Parts: sequence; structure tokens; C-alpha cells
Amino acid sequence: MTQRHSLRLADVCLSLSQRPLFAPLDVSIAAGEIVTVMGESGSGKSSLLNFICGTLPKDMAAAGKVLLDEQDISHLTPEQRQVGILFQDDLLFPHLSVAENLAFGLPRSIRGQQRWEQVSAALNRAGLTGLGRRDPATLSGGQRARAALMRTLLSQPRCLLLDEPFSKLDTALRERIRRFVFEHARQAALPTLLVSHDPEDAAAAGGQVVHLHPTLPQDSETI
Amino acid sequence: MAGALRQLTPRSPQSAPLDAFRRSLQRLDWAPGITLLLFLVPISVGLLGTWLPAFGYLPAVGREALSLEPWRQLFAYPGVSSAIRVSLLSGLLGTGVAAVSVVLFVATCHHRPIFRVIKTLLSPLLAIPHAALAIGLAFLLAPSGLGMRLLSPWATGFERPPDLALMQDPWGLALALGLAIKEAPFLLLMTLGALSQSQAEARLNAARSLGYGPFIAWLKVVLPAIYPKLRLPLYAVLAYSLSVVDMAIILGPTVPPSLAVLVFRLFSDPDLSLRLVAAAGATLQLGIVLGALLTLYALERLIALTARSWLSGGQRSAVERSAPAVAGAAVSLTTLLGYASILLLILWSFAWRWSFPNLLPETWSLRSWSNHLPDAGAAALTTLTIGAASATSAVALALACLEHEARANVRMTTAALWLLYLPLLVPQIAFLFGFQVFLSYFALDGMLLSVIWAHLLFCLPYAFLALSEPFRRLDPRFARIGACLGASPTRVFWRVKLPLLLRPMLIALAVCFAVSVAQYLPTLFAGAGRSMTLTTEAVALSAGANRRTLAVFAVLQAALPVVVFTASLAIPALLYRNRRAMRSGMSA
Repeated sequence: MTQRHSLRLADVCLSLSQRPLFAPLDVSIAAGEIVTVMGESGSGKSSLLNFICGTLPKDMAAAGKVLLDEQDISHLTPEQRQVGILFQDDLLFPHLSVAENLAFGLPRSIRGQQRWEQVSAALNRAGLTGLGRRDPATLSGGQRARAALMRTLLSQPRCLLLDEPFSKLDTALRERIRRFVFEHARQAALPTLLVSHDPEDAAAAGGQVVHLHPTLPQDSETI
Repeated sequence: MAGALRQLTPRSPQSAPLDAFRRSLQRLDWAPGITLLLFLVPISVGLLGTWLPAFGYLPAVGREALSLEPWRQLFAYPGVSSAIRVSLLSGLLGTGVAAVSVVLFVATCHHRPIFRVIKTLLSPLLAIPHAALAIGLAFLLAPSGLGMRLLSPWATGFERPPDLALMQDPWGLALALGLAIKEAPFLLLMTLGALSQSQAEARLNAARSLGYGPFIAWLKVVLPAIYPKLRLPLYAVLAYSLSVVDMAIILGPTVPPSLAVLVFRLFSDPDLSLRLVAAAGATLQLGIVLGALLTLYALERLIALTARSWLSGGQRSAVERSAPAVAGAAVSLTTLLGYASILLLILWSFAWRWSFPNLLPETWSLRSWSNHLPDAGAAALTTLTIGAASATSAVALALACLEHEARANVRMTTAALWLLYLPLLVPQIAFLFGFQVFLSYFALDGMLLSVIWAHLLFCLPYAFLALSEPFRRLDPRFARIGACLGASPTRVFWRVKLPLLLRPMLIALAVCFAVSVAQYLPTLFAGAGRSMTLTTEAVALSAGANRRTLAVFAVLQAALPVVVFTASLAIPALLYRNRRAMRSGMSA
């Protein structure tokens, strides 16, 4: 079940109206490794994740390649990339039940009874046993965060992107959810890229830390 | 459509042109073009097909030489100048009363309890078709109507209905009143929509903390911010009021009628040569509407210019006491009259013996209903078919265009928005004849499909109006996370966006359905008089038929949109009864 995936950003540079947001970035992430990208707001952290997902807004230009398992995925549509992402908000679909949300993530190739078996196994793993038929809006913040991670993992991603997923949680919960997410990312042997402005996140991730500095007009900064 | 799209987009890469074509399909590139075509063709062809006969060219009746003869005949036609006067007076007065009372009402009463009451009461009136409301109002205003009954005989001394021109008055005042009652809810709804998008509350609080009274604060800091969003709706109301036909037939004077009605009669005259005169009249009607819109625009500029110094002049209060009272009274009165009219329709449809000056019928009966169920039922079925088809296609096209915006990452320009409003700004009478000529050229006139097309034209602006804000406000991260979970754009649209937008989408459907049910001229022209809807029947019956019969048709006409509206609110409430986040805010 655990394939060895790898993610590499090769000389990636994003620019907004000709102005590069940061100096070209070159990072390799091995299976099970968590790399943290740190930067102030406006440094292009979220745009970087958008670029990897294939959802970069049209007004931004990008150079460089995203290599997933050594293959360039830059030309693929977002849904073909198998890139999993978690945002600040859990973004569970409010019109679906918790179980339906998880099932939304499952590939179509898994059919019938198997779908619900996998969903209920995932719910068990996340400590959400028996909450499948609930309205996501009635879950606690921690439960929602765990459900969102399970939904992403069920979609069989080849890498995991974390867009400050802990920043909206209160301190006590943040610690627990962080451990939960990291544990699952390592268990699934996913190359994981975390963007954050919280040094604690980077410390907890325990991997390589990359700082994104906004480029000044004279374009001086390197990593 | 979606199924076809899915089949056309397999995973494996293929040749470049095919790939580009597939990508273009995937982006729904066809949607804006098709939509534009569907309403620009009828309007442009229709205008041209009306202008040419206005200048003497109508081969169908053997006239091929360009001349000004139709215009000479038009101005020599008896009653034309009074018809123009009636149109101008009723149209300007109706629009003016509706606009001024709504703006003043919102300005002065936004923080008062009455505001909520009126807001709740006015929305259902929006769904009532013009003709039904006009018929109810006629039952109220007529010499033997409820108004006179309330005053007789104790105040007036009348034992029998007096011989007074209380409705269909020679100046068109009853028509103006009807227009004000019908258009006020629309303008109020538009004002509320504009308010919700312009941080009105914060602006108002800032001004009030600087010592401004609530009324003047609203005028100085809120109105200038929302007016740009009210401009198009206001222009649409003015254009409509100046050229309305169905309400004018029911409430307006008869000899001479308003210009639009006069032109409509000329178009329907058995003497085919009068078509040319009618075309000239229709073009004159277009000129009058354009002239009025330009005048309004000039007036806006003038006010904007002269009000600059007033805005910063520091005056902190103005009629803070009397303005709320006047505006509140005006809006309450029009609301009350609207509801009284509807109530009267229902009463008359169940009344049997109801002699003057009794306030309630002496005997009740279901006979009016059972007598007219076959013919009214058939008309209701036609109305339902046309309404369902045109509303569904309008909403589908609007959704396709908005989804195209999202996929191709483009935004509709202001110019496109004005184009979209074109069917509401160009008077119907000014292009429907030309459209009919165009349809008959392809032997399409009189077909149900043509009627649906004509209705679609007027549904589209409302579909966009109702859907674009909710669609653009939808959190884009839902679509992004859907894509990252492996869902194609098509799947994201059907499984994520549409369910999240269910409420606004059903409301858009209901609005479009109500618009379609209310259409009178498009049904007659595109249907070549063969499509009988509740509206065409009700308007036809209004000329002299039995009140009970008329009431049955009008009640049915009003009931259809109300039922659809109720369903559009009930369905999401039922489906999402266990989804808390779907009830509040996010998709509404």
C-alpha cells in the first residue's frame, strides 16, 4: 500500500506582473519527509502550493518544474495530478455528510461495498467511529480537521501539501492535530510540503526548513 | 450536455487541434456566444424588421419603396398626441413614485421595525404577474369596486355604482398607480442587494458618529455608493413603465389609449397596410424610451455635479422626522393596495351574488371554478410548459456562462452587462413585430418553441441577476479542493458547486418562471396569437367579461408563480434540513 513517492521542485519561480516573488526554489522531498516552507504573508507561499496543485491564477507566471515521482506534472490538470492538499479551513463540503465527504475523495475505481468499507476504516483510524452520517457542521474543530485529512488521504495522493492547516486551531488542539497529520503523512510515506509562518510547525515537522524571502525590487535575496 | 462533454474528454492525449477543441469545450467557450446570439438575434433582427416597415418597406403587403408616409399617417392618426401624453404621464409618474418612495423608505426606515415587515410583505408581490395585479386593482378602483363600497352609501350616498372614470381615467393615473405598486418591490429588492454589497452599515455608522442624522447620513454616504448598482434596474423599470401594454389595456384609458396600446392595436388591425403605421409608432415608442433614459442620465449627472458641495457641506440633519413618516406611509399604502388587489381576485373567484355596496358577497360558490376549469386548465398547462422550458433554459445558460467565467478565468465586462439588460431596456413593442416577421420567414411563428425563445429573452437577464452574485461569492477553495481530490471540473460542477448553489439556483428558476408567466406581448407575437396562456386569456377577458370568470384566470395566473416560489424555498429547506451550514449564509 505504501509506495515510495518523491516530490521535487526544480528551479521554481513565480512572478506577478514580471516581478519574481522569490528567488528560484529547488527542493527535493523524499517519501515520508516533511519540508517546511516559511515566509511572511505575501511571500508567495500559498501561490507556490497553487502552482503545485495546478490552480495558479492566470495573472501569475511560473517558471521551473514540479516533478512528482521524477515525472513533470506541470502540464497535467489539477484533478490528474494526485496532489493532496489541506487548507486553513477544513473545507468539508457542507451539503454532504461526513462519510459522503470522505467518499468524495475515493477514486472511482473503488466500487460498491468497498467504498463504504474504506470510508468506515478511515473514520475509525481518525477516531470518528460512528460519526459518518453526521452533518460536518455539527463536529468539533478537531474532528473536522481529522475528517478533512482522511478525505485527502482516501484520494490516494502521491504527495501532501499543507497550507497552514493548523493556524486557525487553538493552541491545545493545534498540537494534537499537528501530531495526527504528521503521523499519517509519515505512515502513508508521502512527501509532504508544509507552508507556515509558525516556527513551532517547522520544529515539529523536524525536516528541512526553507525560507521564502520576498524579493526586493533589485532582486538580491537567495535562500 | 454534461454527459456529452464527459464523453468528449478522454484522458489520453491526442492530436493538437482536437486537443484544443476539447479544451475549449471543457472551458464551456460556447456558452457566452450562444447566450448572446439567443437574445441579440431577436432584438437586432426585430428592431430592423420594425424600422424597415416604419419607412415604408414591407414586401409582405406589397410595399417596397422607402418613404416617410407611415410617419405622416401616424401623426395624422386620431389621438396619437394624447396617447403619447398618457404614456409619458403614467410611465414617469409610476416609475417616479416607486423609485422615490423606495429610496426614501430605505433611507429613513432601514433601522426601524417597519422595515422588516415591509420587506417580508413586498417580496411575494414580486412574483405576482402584472396582469393579475392590474385586474385586482381594477376590482378595487372601479366605480363598483371595493374602494367605492367602503365609502358607500354612508359617505357618498351612492346606492348604485356611480358613473365615474375612477379607473381607465383619461390621464392614466390608475395605470401609474398599478405600475408603482408592481415596480416598488423590484426596486426594493435591488436596493437591498446593492446595500449588502457596499458595507452600508459601516459607512452609516461612520457618518453617524460624526454627528449626522440617519436619513441625511444615508443620503450622503450610502446612496452615492449604491446608485451605480441601481442604475440598470431603474432604467429597466422606466423603460417598462413607458411602454407597458397588458397593464395599460386593463388600467389605462381606452380612447385614446397609451401609445404602446395604440400601436399594439394597429399591429392587430385586419387592415394590413396599417402595419406600416404601427411600425412607425413602435419606433416612436423606442425613441420616447431612449429619450427618457437619456434625460434621466443627464439628470443624474446634473445631480452628481451639484450635490458635490452639498455632500461635504457639513449639513447634519434634514427632515429627520417627517421624511420617515411620508416614505413609510407611501410604501405601506402601495403594499396594502397590492395585497387588497390579490385578496379581491380570490374573493371574486368564489363569489356568486355580490351586489353593490356590500363589502362581502351574499352568496359564495365554486361554480366559477368548475365552469372554467377546462379552458383555464388548458391555458394553465400551456403557461406552465412555456414557463418551465424558458426558465430552465435561462438558468442553464446563465450557469454555463458563469461556469465558463470560472474555468476560463475571465470576468464579464460592464459592456456585456449592459447587453444583458438590453431585453429589459428596449420596449417589447419596438422589436417584437420584426421578430415575428423573422420567425414567419422561417415558418417558425406560432410554434411553442418560438414562444419559449421569446420568453427566454426576458428570463435571461433575471437568471444572471439572481445567480451571478451567489456564484461568484462561492468560496473558490471548494472547487480547488474538489479538483485536488481528483474530481474533474464537470464532477466538481455537479457534485460540489450546484448543490452548494441549490438555493439561489431554485430562486433563479422561480424568478424566471414568474417572468415568463407574466409575458403578454411576446406570447402574442411569437405565438402568432395561437399560444393561449393564462396571461393572454386574462387580458383578453378583462375587456368586458364577467368578473368571476376574469377572477378565476387571474387567480390561477398569480397562483402559478407563487406555488413555484414556495417550492423553491421549501425544497432546499427539506433537502438540507440536517445540514446546518447550508441554512445560514454561505450559499444564499
